[in-house]
Amino acid sequence: MEFFHKVSTYPFMRTRRMWYGVSTVAILASIALLVLRGLNLGIDFTGGVVLQFAFPQTANIEETRTSLEKAGHEAIVTSFGAPNEVMVRLLPQKNQDVNVVSREVTAVLQTSVPGVTLRSSEVVGPQIGEELTNQGGMAIMMTFILVGLYTWFRFQWKMGLSAVVATLHDPIIILGFFALTRITFDLSVLAAILAVIGYSLNDTVVVFDRVRDNFHTMRRAASEAVLDASINQTLSRTVITSGATLLVVLVLLVMGGETLKGFSWALTIGILVGTYSSIYVAGAMALELKLSAIDLMPPKEEKEEIDALP
Amino acid sequence: MYQFATWKYWLVITVLVSGMVFALPNVFGLDPGIQLSRADRKELDATAEQKVLDTLKAQGVVPSAEYLREGRLVVRLANEADQLKARSVIQSATSGEYTVALSKVSSMPDWMRKLGLRPMSLGLDLRGGVHFVYEVDTAGAVTQALQSLERDVRTTLRNERIAYTNVATEGTGLRVTLRDAADLYKAIKAVKPSDGSLLIEEQPVAEGASFVARYTEAALKARQSSAVEKNILTLRNRVDQLGISEPTVTKQGVDRIVVELPGVDDPNEAIRVLGATATLEFRLVDQTNDAYEAQRTKRIPLSSKLYTVRSTGSPVLLKRDVIVSGDQLIDATSTQVEGRPAVSVKLDARAGQEMLKTTQHNVGKPMATVYIQKKRLAEGEACKGTRVNNDCTEEEAISVATIQGVFSSQFQITGLQTLEAKDLALLLRSGSLAAPLAMVEQRTIGPSLGQDNIDKGVKAMIVGLILTFIFMAVYYRAFGWVANLVLLSNLVLTVGLLSLLQASLSLPGIAAVVFHLGIAVDANILIYERIREELRNGSSPMASINAGFEKAFATIADSNVTTLIAGVVLYAFGTGTIKSFAIVMTLGILTSLFTSVVGSRALVHFVWGRHRKLESLSI
Repeated sequence: MEFFHKVSTYPFMRTRRMWYGVSTVAILASIALLVLRGLNLGIDFTGGVVLQFAFPQTANIEETRTSLEKAGHEAIVTSFGAPNEVMVRLLPQKNQDVNVVSREVTAVLQTSVPGVTLRSSEVVGPQIGEELTNQGGMAIMMTFILVGLYTWFRFQWKMGLSAVVATLHDPIIILGFFALTRITFDLSVLAAILAVIGYSLNDTVVVFDRVRDNFHTMRRAASEAVLDASINQTLSRTVITSGATLLVVLVLLVMGGETLKGFSWALTIGILVGTYSSIYVAGAMALELKLSAIDLMPPKEEKEEIDALP
Repeated sequence: MYQFATWKYWLVITVLVSGMVFALPNVFGLDPGIQLSRADRKELDATAEQKVLDTLKAQGVVPSAEYLREGRLVVRLANEADQLKARSVIQSATSGEYTVALSKVSSMPDWMRKLGLRPMSLGLDLRGGVHFVYEVDTAGAVTQALQSLERDVRTTLRNERIAYTNVATEGTGLRVTLRDAADLYKAIKAVKPSDGSLLIEEQPVAEGASFVARYTEAALKARQSSAVEKNILTLRNRVDQLGISEPTVTKQGVDRIVVELPGVDDPNEAIRVLGATATLEFRLVDQTNDAYEAQRTKRIPLSSKLYTVRSTGSPVLLKRDVIVSGDQLIDATSTQVEGRPAVSVKLDARAGQEMLKTTQHNVGKPMATVYIQKKRLAEGEACKGTRVNNDCTEEEAISVATIQGVFSSQFQITGLQTLEAKDLALLLRSGSLAAPLAMVEQRTIGPSLGQDNIDKGVKAMIVGLILTFIFMAVYYRAFGWVANLVLLSNLVLTVGLLSLLQASLSLPGIAAVVFHLGIAVDANILIYERIREELRNGSSPMASINAGFEKAFATIADSNVTTLIAGVVLYAFGTGTIKSFAIVMTLGILTSLFTSVVGSRALVHFVWGRHRKLESLSI
């Protein structure tokens, strides 16, 4: 089977203005969502208590919430995966020992519904959350700096910069998605974002590898034509790889359970956006930076000078 | 035509076979078992092993396997009933000589174990257990250092027969006030240590003489970092006393300590024992002043401190000079004295002498045992003792008894509740914490949830694998099957490497394995798309294969480096389960580079390379 019998000839570069528009709208919308709605940060970042209970039968969420309220605990109660599983989340309150709170909540539930078992508990101090937020931001920045340096070193600064800009696009949109859906943003989502940065760059690097080759083989062609040809030549690979990866990530999303929900969503969105940005944004950016064959010539002059020496 | 070097075939075969061997133990499940270690932390030997086994067999418990590992005896049993029976048999037969922990033991055959093979080590989110993160209060370490300095200075001055009116901490230093100004230099000389860790500053006073001793910056830094190391040691000792198999205590960052206790589902006992700072002090009772008077007027004589007696609630004045404190104990066991809980203690030589001297001079006078507990207060929580910021120190006299006769290094303490006596003995035995600990994170995963996580992760992996197989076989036909074989061997290699490195696998780690399936096929897709391109350009099948591999190589390397960078950064910044994700991702990239570039090529050449005239390719 082959989806791409002939090498396609889509004029990607000609329509780039339109894609700038699309990207700008998506990024602005994401930022607006982040500012207005904000992320539903997980306990890893906020600190607090998350308890997971298994009820003997289908749990009554509303009842659970009121019985906790009566005991003086303001908790977010949600079902978690199966109908008999309940997640109770309490934000850190001043004047409370989180360990004591978790014990009290467990006691309240076990007296109101006999047979309730505590399946897992997480108690995170507020100082950890603050630190993680800083560290997470640092990790994302470090990744960008390092991959930027690598692409600069391996290709050329214009391409490195374009690759980083195209990739920068992806975490912003993932964050926007998490702000929109209010899916819990926890540490594993952050890990997924870092993986997406690597993955999306991987796509871009494949395209740029071809660009470098093509500037050598298509000497007379305009930069625009070279970029178009490169994207088209690698299009089948880009689409097939993304499809294959998306396939397994969707399996994870459906079958991986509640714990991996946020993680799988981040990867799903990341793969889609990453593929788009590698095709539409990275090349266009390089073109805007006036990438041409000269940029990719090996520095010949020096060698000639050495040869010219007696 | 291109010849594929024979050594490359051998390389691929060697790597694959070793990968399979390392991965093999994971095929076998886990059986219930017990792990024995000696309570005194010495290694078990073959004689002890035989003795334990004989005891077990005498009670009708027949192990399915047993062996010594790292000084511990591991016994594999057929079922959980046997496991519990074995534990109680050993505990009752050996009276506290061993710590017995229930554990899971791999049911792999003996020869694999002898080769040093082990299954992957599962993270807490998969096997269940508790995970604590403690923060060492390094400022508290300094306070504690000052307190022990205070005690030392008092003892030194007393031994040198220098009269002092007061020794007390003042800010970050210790102020010493002497009765006689003439003693000043003698006192400074006696107090000043030879290592130069103290700065001494004279301070003029109206009567007598005074100086302040302060730790130097360097000494403080050294104290703080050694406090973290000492706390790790103490926590290790305490964890060992809990009887848990394969506990880990590791340092994280500068001042954090991570404790992982697999298989524990109620964290409360562990929390109580690990974070406790209970200790003891022995002081003489001040009989010259009236305790009730002091309590009422709040005027406490300088040489004494006011305490409350636990049993009666009445006040008591105790002399500031500490005879012996908890860290001078070398052994402590909980016992009973006349049916009441007690702790039997053994002092080190110096403390023993001090006790001997004190009791000789004070027969007939009362001596008190002070029980000191330090804890970090939650906001709003009341402190029954003295409070410094959020740290609360509660001190009470648990017993006040008349010294009946002379004793030195061995005696018993009463006045405690049963649980307190048990915990205190354990704490005294395992050493005190060099600095207060604050728990900043606690996660508990029940064993059923862990199994759920494994089931879901494994199911997702298998389904992902099957779908990828079908996709590749349909899209690339025969070459797709090459890719599938490569993918499978890649999975085996990753599992083998994880088992070899014993890096713990968490749920995000399993997710990384699944995600990695997608990345691993990418290299093959790159190669096959190149081959198809070459075919379209009219190259012969064999030339297309070679060109495809050659040209795709640089691209594969370049594109994997970026993901590798993300993986390494994630490893550097991540902790716990995220680290596992990073490790699997990084290892996965390395194995997929090898399998797709070298392995896949070997297979392709093996299948198609020997056809002299290849007309078409199934791609």
